[in-house]
Amino acid sequence: MTNIVVLVKQVPDTYSERKLAETDHTLDRESADAVLDEINERAVEEALKIKEAGEGEVTVLCVGPDRATDAIRKALSMGADKAIHVSDEALHGSDILATAKVIAAAIGKVEGVDLVIAGNESSDGGAGAVPALLAELLGMPQLTYAHHVSVEGSAIKVDRETADEGITHLEANLPAVVSVTEKINEPRYPSFKGIMAAKKKPVETLTVADLGLDAGEVGLDNAWSTVSEAAPKPPRTAGEKVEDDGDGGTKIAEYLVGQKLI
Amino acid sequence: MIDLRLDDTYETLRKTVENFAQREVAPVIGDFYEREEFPYGIVAQMGEMGLFGLPFPEKYDGMGGDYFALCLALEELARVDSSVAITLEAGVSLGAMPIYRFGTDEQKEQWLPAMCRGETLGAFGLTEPGGGSDAGATKTTAKIDGDSWVINGSKSFITNSGTDITSLVTVTAVTGTKDNGGKEISAIIVPSGTPGFTVEKKYSKVGWNASDTHGLSFDDVRVPQENLVGQQGRGYAQFLSILDEGRIAIAALSTGLAQGCVDECLRYAREREAFGRPIGANQAIQFKLADMELRTHNARLAYYAAASKMLRGEPFKKEAAIAKLTSSNAAMDNAREATQIFGGYGFMNEFPVGRFYRDAKILEVGEGTSEVQRMLIARELGL
Repeated sequence: MTNIVVLVKQVPDTYSERKLAETDHTLDRESADAVLDEINERAVEEALKIKEAGEGEVTVLCVGPDRATDAIRKALSMGADKAIHVSDEALHGSDILATAKVIAAAIGKVEGVDLVIAGNESSDGGAGAVPALLAELLGMPQLTYAHHVSVEGSAIKVDRETADEGITHLEANLPAVVSVTEKINEPRYPSFKGIMAAKKKPVETLTVADLGLDAGEVGLDNAWSTVSEAAPKPPRTAGEKVEDDGDGGTKIAEYLVGQKLI
Repeated sequence: MIDLRLDDTYETLRKTVENFAQREVAPVIGDFYEREEFPYGIVAQMGEMGLFGLPFPEKYDGMGGDYFALCLALEELARVDSSVAITLEAGVSLGAMPIYRFGTDEQKEQWLPAMCRGETLGAFGLTEPGGGSDAGATKTTAKIDGDSWVINGSKSFITNSGTDITSLVTVTAVTGTKDNGGKEISAIIVPSGTPGFTVEKKYSKVGWNASDTHGLSFDDVRVPQENLVGQQGRGYAQFLSILDEGRIAIAALSTGLAQGCVDECLRYAREREAFGRPIGANQAIQFKLADMELRTHNARLAYYAAASKMLRGEPFKKEAAIAKLTSSNAAMDNAREATQIFGGYGFMNEFPVGRFYRDAKILEVGEGTSEVQRMLIARELGL
């Protein structure tokens, strides 16, 4: 029986226009549709696969405002068994350190965790550091950027994908923290039966105090970094036009070499 | 008084199918359409999501939902593509539903679970070369010989009848003469591959090009007597009751197509510039889009209203006909305006609106023509 916790996050839909709030430069959650981050769908899918291959229980863990319930329900409708939702005004603007602390404390509430699965990085903050921070805080091995995962008894094997060096094979004893990449799987779509079943699945809501943490450890005021300024991305420029006077191919190749693209 | 909002479960289903259609169907369906190829992979995914089992009980591997849930799925699919939507609609309403409604326990257990999982498709053969809604024109015959039915005749325009995963066609056939001298019509299951049962070459169609449609012929086709669906002599009456529901489903599909036109045009009107400003800044385009939105809105209200009566168990024949007529008109009108807004690009198959234009026409014909809908409405008014 593998007891799995999957970290999920509600993020602004990448298809809608995403903005930071003008006052404190935190995410403007009202301006965009909120969805379960796609990478987390893959994390949930991987947890469900491990569960279905043997025996197990999948707990979804989400830190986010009240409306993040929708993202939690989606994970439950895919087939996860239960959820923990940490929701607290004090968490607004928390940095990755505080977030990792909160997640670690919440994982402490789940008995006998064998495996924590996260997405490698969120599509909003994009720090990509929470899984590693979490492993450190929990004292578990970290197997990040996995594009293949297999659990064999009390061991976990991961194919780790890095940009330049190809694939590294990692192995660790459980419990462990794994983060997955986009290539890991194709997540399932919830069925109607799953959607209805999700309504009846337990969701435990916890505050910062419930986790035994102090509000002074989290939130915007206690973040280690601050955003001093934010500006929209400049519009795309026209690019460079290559005139073909018989040597167009060479010119393009030279340009690409110049950009270190080939 | 009344509440037209979708509850949580319906809304989540709608969003799930919307997401699926955008992510999985939209990027690839144009190619299937162009090649006139049946999209087996997409249909398999729809099966995994349980879409083919939506209105059926879990006992048969269904989803335990209802017919309105199916309608919501059809609307969202048709926003992106009508071929996959009609494959689902026909698979459920025409393939599985007659067996679920009128079949024996043995028939249900044998055929339904695989259909609900989307692993097999069923088809319904009613229309013949010489007649559709006119039951008296049925020429296909089924005669008892020993413990078998022997079927002879042909059927036209039968959706899902020739795919690699088609498991059966339920055909209507003349099985005798009624007391009043009229034809006695019954429905009989013909499994795919039965000797003498030939699936003709697929049609070259104006639209719905990624869906599967064939003519069928039956030459001394022998099936067991227990393949009769429901009562002997009730084949046509049974079909009519299924057709009323089917009209709401086609209305949902038509609404989806009408909405798809709005979606595409709204995006295009903001992006496309002419004479130094987006074409959406021109009142001519704004008014077109306002009318398109209005028609879509009315179409949706009409099918929600019909579905609500159906789910409450009230008579809904008139409402279903109104919904089908309203929404197929909306689809046709919106598709015409959408191709106009797109200008030259609207005439190119690579743009969805061109596909919508070709797919819209059949909505005025299938599941009862617009004229038949008017007939039904007038009849319900007591004329």
